[in-house]
Amino acid sequence: MRTEDLIKALDADASSKAMPLRSAWWLAAGAAVIIAAVVFLLTIGPRPDFMIAAHTMRFLSKFVFTIVLAISAFALIRALSTPGASTGRAMAGMIAAPLLVAVAVVLELFMVPEALWGTRMVGSNMMICMGFIPLIGIGPLAIFLWMLRYGAPTRPVLAGAVAGLLAGGLAATFYAAHCFDDSPLFVATWYTIAIAALAVLGALGGRFFVRW
Amino acid sequence: MSGKDEAELSRLLRAAIAGDERAYADFLHRIAALVRGFVRRKIVQGGVDPEDVVQETLLAIHVKRHTWRQDAPVLPWIYAIARFKLIDAFRRRGRRIEIDVDDIAETFAEPEPETVSERDINRALDGLSPAQRSVVSAVSVEGRSIGETAAKFGITETAVRVSLHRGLAAIAKRFGRE
Repeated sequence: MRTEDLIKALDADASSKAMPLRSAWWLAAGAAVIIAAVVFLLTIGPRPDFMIAAHTMRFLSKFVFTIVLAISAFALIRALSTPGASTGRAMAGMIAAPLLVAVAVVLELFMVPEALWGTRMVGSNMMICMGFIPLIGIGPLAIFLWMLRYGAPTRPVLAGAVAGLLAGGLAATFYAAHCFDDSPLFVATWYTIAIAALAVLGALGGRFFVRW
Repeated sequence: MSGKDEAELSRLLRAAIAGDERAYADFLHRIAALVRGFVRRKIVQGGVDPEDVVQETLLAIHVKRHTWRQDAPVLPWIYAIARFKLIDAFRRRGRRIEIDVDDIAETFAEPEPETVSERDINRALDGLSPAQRSVVSAVSVEGRSIGETAAKFGITETAVRVSLHRGLAAIAKRFGRE
């Protein structure tokens, strides 16, 4: 087929419509939040003393970390799924969540006696944490990978990993409402491992599933 | 030159997305020439037919045109897709190449005409269902309109459009998968 002929075919298909990627991302984000919420509420649900805990800094700080991670990953994944979009600023934004966690860890180390560091870090919930963050995040991850297919990421593996971070940030936000371990030492260790697992899964999805 | 190109091309693509077929044909012709120049400059050691990459890029641009933000410049979007498809073409043939990202914005390709040879897209066409293949061939190679194609096969125009759209999407997907 000559290129001229191909152009005729493409032109004849000009009227076919697809939702703009930007709007589709917001729709996907909404669907992912709903799925994560449903899985969370049907399985572990919020901790019984949620309202009381909401008055403590440590409890609230968990949401700051996870929501900042989700927002920065959402900004980056939208840029990564658009060819030619600049990703520099969104990429720099990904430092925010780890930085906040690092600051909180340092503060915690100052405030808590050294003898308690170990117990704070190990906590009481780490297996649940490492099980349920991926479980809540897997549905959203599938949606985000599907969205990457709908988009046009020129770096599919990286975009897939960011899809995992986004799913992880979202899942961890819900999980944080259940978890009794509020110490930044716990969050920095186990949340990170659980979210990293989703990022690895996302990168694999990007490698093998996101082709265009 | 690139400033004028940019304004003109984004105007055409905006019009095309709004449903102006003539603007779309104009847009596709211009970017085919631009992408051809770009690809020929990048393929120096052979092994990949530049025109195949041009066609894969045009297809990708077509099926992914919803990823262009209408308030963003269109040339970086086009070249990012062309670069991706070029790297992909080398990867599929088991070669690795490094493409310098920075020189793209500066040295815009001179538009170039097509050379004729056997195309990858013909092989991709063989993978379609018989109905899709005959519709795509009628509209492209035979140059028939949607209406003429519908009359030729005794089906509705809507059916022609659906087969055409699915056929093109299937070809584009096949290039991505191989």
